[in-house]
Amino acid sequence: MTAEILLQTLASGVLIGLIYALVAIGLTMIFGVMDIVNFAHGEFLMLGMYSAFWLFALYALDPLLTLPLTVLMLFAFGMLLYKLVIKRIVAAPMLSQIFTTFGLMILMRGVAQFLWKPDFRSIENSWVAGSVKLAGIQLGKPQLVAGLGAVVITAVIHAFLTRTRLGAALEATAADKEAAQLMGIDSHRMFSLAWGIGAACAGAAGVLLATFFPIFPEVGANFILIAFVVVNLGGFGSVTGAFWAGILVGVIEVMGGLLLGPQYKTAIVLVLFLAVLMFRPQGLMGKA
Amino acid sequence: MNALGERMNALKIGLGLMVAAALLPFATSNPTHLNLAILVLMAAQLGVAWNLLGGYAGQVSLGHAAFYGIGAYASTMLLLNFGLNPWLGMLLGGVIAAGLSFLFGWSCFRLKGHYFAMATIAVAELVQIVFTNWDYAGSAVGLTIPMAQQGLGAMVFAEKAPYYWLALGLLVLTLAATLAVERSHVGYYLRAIKDEPDAARSIGINIARYKQIALSLSAFFTAMGGSLYAQKELYIDPASVLGTGLSIKMALVSILGGVGTLFGPVVGAVVLTVIEELTRVVFGGSGRGTDTIIYAALIVVIAVFYPNGLLGWWRERRAHSQAQRTSRAQEAAR
Repeated sequence: MTAEILLQTLASGVLIGLIYALVAIGLTMIFGVMDIVNFAHGEFLMLGMYSAFWLFALYALDPLLTLPLTVLMLFAFGMLLYKLVIKRIVAAPMLSQIFTTFGLMILMRGVAQFLWKPDFRSIENSWVAGSVKLAGIQLGKPQLVAGLGAVVITAVIHAFLTRTRLGAALEATAADKEAAQLMGIDSHRMFSLAWGIGAACAGAAGVLLATFFPIFPEVGANFILIAFVVVNLGGFGSVTGAFWAGILVGVIEVMGGLLLGPQYKTAIVLVLFLAVLMFRPQGLMGKA
Repeated sequence: MNALGERMNALKIGLGLMVAAALLPFATSNPTHLNLAILVLMAAQLGVAWNLLGGYAGQVSLGHAAFYGIGAYASTMLLLNFGLNPWLGMLLGGVIAAGLSFLFGWSCFRLKGHYFAMATIAVAELVQIVFTNWDYAGSAVGLTIPMAQQGLGAMVFAEKAPYYWLALGLLVLTLAATLAVERSHVGYYLRAIKDEPDAARSIGINIARYKQIALSLSAFFTAMGGSLYAQKELYIDPASVLGTGLSIKMALVSILGGVGTLFGPVVGAVVLTVIEELTRVVFGGSGRGTDTIIYAALIVVIAVFYPNGLLGWWRERRAHSQAQRTSRAQEAAR
């Protein structure tokens, strides 16, 4: 019995951790390329959720079907946000950078509340509703599909970064902006690409979450702090690090909730976060 | 010489404004106006306190609500459980917060820039979780201060005016402390740490110690602001005194006015609070968050276009027009 509960908890921790990883990948990429922490990253996820919700509610299109469309929209939105706002603060003092993205966070929440009201919404009866029994443990199909989807998208991003010229250019900019610029890589183009990919990843996470998580304007707040923790654990700028750290954080959070009570699950993650920041600021997997 | 004269002028203007401010309750008996003025003063005081660390020492804290909440809870819990006088409670709350700030500093100061800012968010969030689940502190329900005892001794008043003077007094005290820091060697060291940390270390400044001095002072005054809030509202809960929004507002007030300047946060508090209240009154009734949208758009515009704050922008403009005048005068002389 106890072993069963433990296994069940472990499995749900891994599944939610995969979503955390997907949210964190965009955050870590933006930070890696341009040293800006995007406080509004949770809002990309929120927009992804609403996109899935409205396409489902208005046109009866399943979230899995509309995932590519939402990803494209968020990609365009991320790039647009870079062109309109972020571009102006690339060289600004850190204080301006923090408050620009912080302001964007509140702004997007405000606009979402204005357009779609603060109500909690959910997607009922999607393709993935229900649950399956696997090796003696009960798993929700939405969670399972979301976890799988997150793995696939992370793999695609990884392949893009390691196998394509554009991905290599992005990595080069992250490693040394000036040197990359001298090799003819336009930094601004790379920055805007990072914002596009970052927003798209968070949006995809939102769509995958939308089938089992309430949708509301401030939903991003539940994910942004955890995403920071994941980014730190994985090492700022490291996509692979963020993937493994996401899983680790998911498991620790769910296990902590089981052992100490659900009200302390965030506290455990935050303590871990502070401990890592203090004793291993380069992250668990980052280079010294 | 010119700079000194300018400083003296600024101080004279400041003193004049303070005297005028002290007389305000005699000019208006409208409780709404007075309440707005109190909100401005309280926001200004918090901004000035935040500025000690964020402006002078350059350490951007996004977790100052932790100190505010600790101050509010300390004085309230001491009052409710031990009947301690709120005046003493306020002082003790400040001391407790300053003491706990060593823990805050120990855990966060080895981090720089973004990392420091994120760590402070995490610390404040942890404090909020603790108070939300701590039954002795009223957990999520919060604590209520009884109105039975009123008057100066109990720091509970039926009218607004006494709170106004209390807030003004606390603001003046915080400004005086900041001025003292600015004028002392601590102020010079802090500026050195902010602008040239490596150079500061190489000439033997103990960076950790001076950052901690700034943090302790900042925490002390922030906590006193929290105690004042508790005495004014007579009710506190984790959301109202420990929320992330509070931390942001403290920093925002300074940034809007101008970080690292004595009166910057005061200017920022006036502008921000008035805008906040105006949008709330004009658009708040819709219940759709229009006030939030305007507030947020304002944050973005300020952060992107006026990184030096309103005071910095004004000084730049004046310097610019002065330079123009000089060049025109030279032109004429030729």
